[in-house]
Amino acid sequence: MSTARVTAGPQSSIGLRSIAGRIGFLPALLLLLVAAMSATDPQFYGIINILNILRNASLLAIVACGQALVIVAGGFDLSVGAVVALASVVTAKTMATTATAFPGNTALIIASGVAAGLGCGMVVGLVNGFCVAKLKVSGFVVTLGTMSATAGVGLMITNGIPVYGMPDIFVKGFGRAQAFGLPTAVHVALIVILVMVFAQRRTLFGRYVYAIGGNVDAAVVSGVSIQRHIVGTYVVSSVLAALAGILLTAQVGSGQASFGGDRMMLQSIAAAVIGGVSLRGGVGRVEIVAISALFLTILGNALNLLHVDSRLQPVFLGVIMVAAVALDELSRRRKARV
Amino acid sequence: MDVDDDPKPAEPLLRLRGISKHFTGVRALDRVDLDVRAGELHVLFGENGAGKSTLINVVSGTFPPDEGTFHFESEEIRHLTPQRARAIGISPVFQEFSLVPSLTVEENLFLGREVSQGGVLWAREMRKRATALIDELGFDLNPALRVDDLSRAHQQMAEIAKALLGRVRLLILDEPTASLTERETGRLFELIARLKSQNVGLIYVSHRMREIRALADRVTVLRDGRHIRTLDAATSTDGELVELMTGRKIDLLFPTIAHKPDKVMVDVENLTLADGSVRDVNLYARAGEITGIAGLVGCGKSELIRAIYGIEPATSGVIRIDGAPYEFPAPRRSLKRGIAYFPANRIAEGLALSRPIRENASMTVLDLPAFARFGLLRQAAERARIGGIMAQLQLRPPNIERTAGALSGGNRQKVMLGRALTRELTVFLFDEPSVGIDVGAKLEVYEFMKRLVEAGAAVIVVSSELPEVLALSNRLYVMHHGRIAAELTGDEKTEQNVLSSFFRDHLTAEVA
Repeated sequence: MSTARVTAGPQSSIGLRSIAGRIGFLPALLLLLVAAMSATDPQFYGIINILNILRNASLLAIVACGQALVIVAGGFDLSVGAVVALASVVTAKTMATTATAFPGNTALIIASGVAAGLGCGMVVGLVNGFCVAKLKVSGFVVTLGTMSATAGVGLMITNGIPVYGMPDIFVKGFGRAQAFGLPTAVHVALIVILVMVFAQRRTLFGRYVYAIGGNVDAAVVSGVSIQRHIVGTYVVSSVLAALAGILLTAQVGSGQASFGGDRMMLQSIAAAVIGGVSLRGGVGRVEIVAISALFLTILGNALNLLHVDSRLQPVFLGVIMVAAVALDELSRRRKARV
Repeated sequence: MDVDDDPKPAEPLLRLRGISKHFTGVRALDRVDLDVRAGELHVLFGENGAGKSTLINVVSGTFPPDEGTFHFESEEIRHLTPQRARAIGISPVFQEFSLVPSLTVEENLFLGREVSQGGVLWAREMRKRATALIDELGFDLNPALRVDDLSRAHQQMAEIAKALLGRVRLLILDEPTASLTERETGRLFELIARLKSQNVGLIYVSHRMREIRALADRVTVLRDGRHIRTLDAATSTDGELVELMTGRKIDLLFPTIAHKPDKVMVDVENLTLADGSVRDVNLYARAGEITGIAGLVGCGKSELIRAIYGIEPATSGVIRIDGAPYEFPAPRRSLKRGIAYFPANRIAEGLALSRPIRENASMTVLDLPAFARFGLLRQAAERARIGGIMAQLQLRPPNIERTAGALSGGNRQKVMLGRALTRELTVFLFDEPSVGIDVGAKLEVYEFMKRLVEAGAAVIVVSSELPEVLALSNRLYVMHHGRIAAELTGDEKTEQNVLSSFFRDHLTAEVA
């Protein structure tokens, strides 16, 4: 019987932090960054620069959404960068091969390429999920392994040479096209984010992912089937990474094993963590992760425009990531029990 | 507040005056006074959330008080840290263990104060001292074993040994007997007597009246973070203490339950578990009665009901639910058949602390069409249903969007009970239902069971607290070393008979 304790404590602690907490710390920071950059460099709000930012942020957001889902379930996906590269070369290679077999059949060529790209993402995701859920190997180790293997396969397919031979319409009519003034990648990213938000909030899958990340033993006792959902998170993550790889391929016009890579992997984790996804699992929302992806992209762009040494830029990323986690810990410690 | 100042002019070992501690929005301690004399055992008594843990954390330097003075051995102490507290002889034994699971007992004992020369560990000396200490305490504990290989009772012993290494002036024990067997508890009591004779002061937190009676010199009652009264243990009655603690009169701890045994709901035949913790067990539980399972820590009683629910794998035997054989039990299918399980450890197996109360309470029912269809959640229905159930259980404050981690023990138990009300269930398995909760919350759990049974459910209660299972159950099984040692009903259901059935089993084992 816990008698309701009167919370007659100090109400005066509504400081700067809680105001930022109310509208969101990250959006506040984002607005600040945009305002500061607009004031200092007119190049920043040029249409070309803005489209460039949006395109890059979209690709990162797609990958980070999947990454966030895996981390919420208590896992880790290091293989996303390598999957971006593999999906890119597999898509391009499949399209080139189909084009020589069935010349002129553009619909078939594109469909086979996209299916192959997404398919290899799905395979990697299934392997990751299977090893984590069934063999009980930690997600960190499994995806470290598949990252290495996937990157190797990508290099073997291409020998490091970009793969050309995709239909023109795939590149010009899709990858580089714009609808309502925005690049294709932005539309795709918005759809992905909306679907993911819906999945997190309104579906059993999303709820169970939260439950598993929150306390896996409690989820077991509550009758949640753990393995299926863990495999699901890794598959979603890899398929989304593959989707980003296909978008990148369509935009550049060639399949390259150098796409994605470690940089994409690190940035996706950074976006998730800065976006409030807890590495302890059970906490995190993809819409905030998407905003955080936009923030990171703008930050990188700003550092470029300000002519900050490119070797120094990763330092900023590191500092911001650690600061975000520290802030998260600090706010956790201040919570009281009732 | 009538602190009965002792007639002796001698300064107490520990003197706290006006200690207050706030956590954002909550006043955990409100101007609390506490004296502990050398050679005295001072019991802190209060409900969960009364401030006992906060107080012992302040004494052991985990966090500083916001205001108040702290004197130890007549010296004013400021800026106390856990390291400094240990150095001046304040040694806490917390309920949540401070042991590193992957290190050995010995390494844990010396953690932070290793014997070394020039940065090189002096293993032989540490081994010698650890063995000497454990021998002196009379514990059956191998210092070379890793802590995660030990049973909970042995971990408790390691924790106590750790607290007693080095010079101890004030020992703090937070529910130390919660996971000890009777024999080990006896050892601990002997040890406490010895420490008292060596003029060590003790702060002892416990909800168990019997222990308070056996050990306490004085009792300080806390309620809602305030010091209510300090009394002499010898002149106070149980009723008085409980009344002071809860602020109201509690006449009967155990409700009178009208058992109306009906058909057999759970029938277990020759059940043996894969890890050998349960062997050849036969047992049944009927609707409309509480079936108790008593036994010492580690006798297999928890494993038995966990196997019925499908968490522990069985190798042979038959389980029948409502007459129908139930093969390959698994939690999801158990819930579908109307079986619910309430784990003993609500933090480890019960709740996802980072998620809201609503999600925790509905976690077991999302397979029902009322809550989700085609994989899509029906949130409005969920919110309305869980809100209603938590209101019925008197959750305070009544906000179901708070995270479970922000709740106190009593409220967490309510969230667990709320799960039982979300779907149609007929069999309820309670595993140590009153561990770690206070008298008031216990009473609510018992009332909850009473309502279930009187509505015609089958309830199985597993408990290491003998008075609890004796009072609640209609029929009582006694387990010993993985087997059923006795089945007691009616007048046979006495503490004496339960204890003697352990004993009888011992004898037959020795003869055989």
